[in-house]
Amino acid sequence: MTKSQTEMTGPANRVSGIGRLLIAVYGVLALAATGRSFVQIVRAFDEAPLAYSLSALAAVVYIVATIALVRRTLLWYRIAWFTIGFELLGVLVVGTLSLVDPALFQHATVWSVYGSGYLFIPLVLPLLGMWWLASHPPTPSRSRA
Amino acid sequence: MIEWFTWFQLAIAVPGGLLCIVLGLVGRKPTDLTMGATALVELLLIVQLAAAIAAPLAGNTATGSLLEFYTYLVSAILLPVVAGFWALVERSRWSTVILGVTCLSVAVMLYRMNQIWNVQGS
Repeated sequence: MTKSQTEMTGPANRVSGIGRLLIAVYGVLALAATGRSFVQIVRAFDEAPLAYSLSALAAVVYIVATIALVRRTLLWYRIAWFTIGFELLGVLVVGTLSLVDPALFQHATVWSVYGSGYLFIPLVLPLLGMWWLASHPPTPSRSRA
Repeated sequence: MIEWFTWFQLAIAVPGGLLCIVLGLVGRKPTDLTMGATALVELLLIVQLAAAIAAPLAGNTATGSLLEFYTYLVSAILLPVVAGFWALVERSRWSTVILGVTCLSVAVMLYRMNQIWNVQGS
């Protein structure tokens, strides 16, 4: 898990090709979620502790998922599955709750209404991420090449 | 924030972003053109930052939250830098696509910044 193992490796690993794009989009979303929760928490955390805590949690999960997609060890692969699964669960549960019981989430989070404030990217991205992980399991022998 | 300048930025960032995505998808590695478009987007953001700092002195104050505005602006300034380094380190077609995605992300953020500064009443 040293830097030299995970960076600047050959094309035959999880961070090659279109996977780079996935990581870039995850990075942008992590930045967006972090920025938003930063503003919400600094400005008025008391107004909606639940929604704002959730925003912060979502931001952290996106950051971890981004890192996990870059790293290719078995441990990070599992972390990637866990975080991306958590994101899908989050966007489905919070998205549904925000429609069924709007009073619960009066203040927007990245996952409200299935991520409509973010062009539904939070809904689509975990599915793409899972497809990517499923089709690119870690192959230690090849990734060291 | 100066409104016409923001629209000018969008007029550069949106076509520039689309151009990078198209060129990337057809297999072009990052070139002076696509790197230049991203660099131009970055340069205009720096100008916008200077304008945003100076504008309130001339009576042009934000209608919305300055905290939110600057969070967007600082994030937007970081994006092209990261994408640019990425494109320099890894010269593949996907780096060109990433340059495009970055330009379009900046465009979305500029649109939001314009809403915060000019539209949002508080």
